[in-house]
Amino acid sequence: KAYKKVDEELFEELEEILITSDAGVNTTMEIIDRLRTESKKRKITESEELRYLIKEILIDILTLEESNELNVSNSPSVILVVGVNGVGKTTSIGKIAHRMKGEGKKVILAAGDTFRAAAIDQLEIWSNRVGVDIIKHQEGADTAAVIFDAIQSAKSKNTDILICDTAGRLHNKKNLMNELGKVSKVLEREFSEAAKETLLVLDATTGQNAIQQAKVFKEVTNINGVVLTKLDGTAKGGVVLSIANELNIPVKLIGVGEGMEDLQLFNPNDFVNALFGE
Amino acid sequence: MVFEGLADKLQNALSKLKSKGKVTEQDLKEVMREVKLALLEADVNFKVVKDFIKTIKERAIGSEVMESLTPGQQIIKIVNEELTTLMGTSQSKLTFSSNPPTVYMLVGLQGVGKTTTAGKLGGYLKKNGKKPLLVAGDVYRPAAIKQLQVVGKQLDIPVFNMGDKVNPVNIAKAGVEHAIKHGNDIVILDTAGRLHIDENLMDELEGIKKEVRPQEIILVVDAMTGQDAVNVAENFNAKLGIDGIILTKLDGDTRGGAALSVRSVTQKPIKFAGMGEKLSDLEPFHPDRMASRILGM
Ligand SMILES: Nc1nc2c(ncn2[C@@H]2O[C@H](COP(=O)(O)OP(=O)(O)OP(=O)(O)O)[C@@H](O)[C@H]2O)c(=O)[nH]1
Ligand SMILES: Nc1nc2c(ncn2[C@@H]2O[C@H](COP(=O)(O)OP(=O)(O)OP(=O)(O)O)[C@@H](O)[C@H]2O)c(=O)[nH]1
Ligand SMILES: [K+]
Ligand SMILES: [Mg+2]
Ligand SMILES: [Mg+2]
Repeated sequence: KAYKKVDEELFEELEEILITSDAGVNTTMEIIDRLRTESKKRKITESEELRYLIKEILIDILTLEESNELNVSNSPSVILVVGVNGVGKTTSIGKIAHRMKGEGKKVILAAGDTFRAAAIDQLEIWSNRVGVDIIKHQEGADTAAVIFDAIQSAKSKNTDILICDTAGRLHNKKNLMNELGKVSKVLEREFSEAAKETLLVLDATTGQNAIQQAKVFKEVTNINGVVLTKLDGTAKGGVVLSIANELNIPVKLIGVGEGMEDLQLFNPNDFVNALFGE
Repeated sequence: MVFEGLADKLQNALSKLKSKGKVTEQDLKEVMREVKLALLEADVNFKVVKDFIKTIKERAIGSEVMESLTPGQQIIKIVNEELTTLMGTSQSKLTFSSNPPTVYMLVGLQGVGKTTTAGKLGGYLKKNGKKPLLVAGDVYRPAAIKQLQVVGKQLDIPVFNMGDKVNPVNIAKAGVEHAIKHGNDIVILDTAGRLHIDENLMDELEGIKKEVRPQEIILVVDAMTGQDAVNVAENFNAKLGIDGIILTKLDGDTRGGAALSVRSVTQKPIKFAGMGEKLSDLEPFHPDRMASRILGM
């Protein structure tokens, strides 16, 4: 393998990889600036070394104080799953439930999306697939009421983990976001003994709007982590670099397909390898 | 920051030159950089941006801009014109088959809004005096058939299904036969979401196309899509030869650069925009408004 020298063209190549992975203009510039400074400091001349350095920088960005682990070791725990329309919330819940059940935990699902056509049926099919209980009301019912019931059920059945589905909503819809805030408060108030984890589901295919999604959902709920879905496609999900960098929200799980097993723990190393090669 | 309009940025970049009166090529380069960054920030694909900038630059250099007293306005005008040309200058309408039923087949990635859009389109056509039939061709997603049934019921539009144990190609074929028998002049075929790189599922779509010869194959695209929009559009178009695009979730605050990307790589018109979750939230697409939205002007 011929070793290329570090030149301007190489920086441009790396910049292009970042941009086309949806890292965004600002974050890309910041990373490339850091790369230039650091490579000068370390007197890097070989392209391979530069590739390692950029990966090191990205891993550093993706490594935050809040760990990449799901915070569900406490019993009871509750996971609230939120995000815009169609990103993969309900499917991810099915996968997470499957994973938790596999770890020997007792799981209950709450069908909090009472709005979208057949959303309750969809979650119910998942609950049957996985073999866990589901608490549901009728379509059109109040989400907070469903969650309230689910909490009572989780308490009386000594459930380890309650996972709450919510309807997809665009972050620029004030009333829908307020409703989500209300759900969050119900969990706070009625299930104070439970450890809380709020997961924002982001679709890897999404571009820069994901930053705005993360910002606004974070204002309304206490986002602890991101589930990055649809990484089995050709989208790289580079926008999570900006989300880690600007908002300090770590990616915790990734979705790599539509099946029950298609969920993985997020690994920063694998993520940057997918961008810049092993 | 994300929402700072390009117009402001260009004004900024150019205000430095104002006193000089004349624009140099170096000045132009700087301004073009602002345009490029704004388009990238709006999620327009990298390669599409590159080509676009090249076009603008050529036009600007060979034109009145360099001599102009108001170079800022001139450049904005050129950018706007070129962008509108790219987006399509006029509104593109649905076409109908001379030999009914007219079959529309909705395809696209997972979760973009196909099933919802199938309902919206049905509602729109029903309002225009048509008798649509919705056909449930997604046998994979949990409760996909039920979802389409609920949507159909809300609109009082019939939904044809054969459960989830039948091949979608056969479902499509039987759906069209059902429409003929029941006097439905429109068939809207919902299909399962799939990745453009999933060969089996892409073959399935090709199979449906061969079997029912749709009047239009419509690619449904989420307006929030990022750089990957070109890969998706290119692959679906290469495999199926799409006829049009529907852009969904434009009720969000995304700039929607994907519109430019998919339009540019397929050269196929965007016909409708999804403007919300309600089944009435479908609007004819306006290319000129989209150009302004992408630029933040
Ligand atoms: N390829 C792929 N598809 C996925 C993944 N996760 C979810 N999907 C698909 O994406 C589509 C939408 O998933 P849902 O789970 O219904 O998304 P949601 O966020 O609950 O949607 P709403 O409730 O309507 O807002 C479905 O077709 C899923 O099968 C993934 O990791 N990879
Ligand atoms: N805000 C908004 N939401 C939309 C729009 N169109 C669809 N949705 C929502 O997007 C989500 C996904 O819509 P679906 O119709 O289930 O998408 P799909 O493409 O059929 O999904 P799969 O069949 O799983 O591939 C749902 O929550 C819809 O309500 C739109 O124009 N605006
Ligand atoms: K992406
Ligand atoms: Mg859902
Ligand atoms: Mg669907």
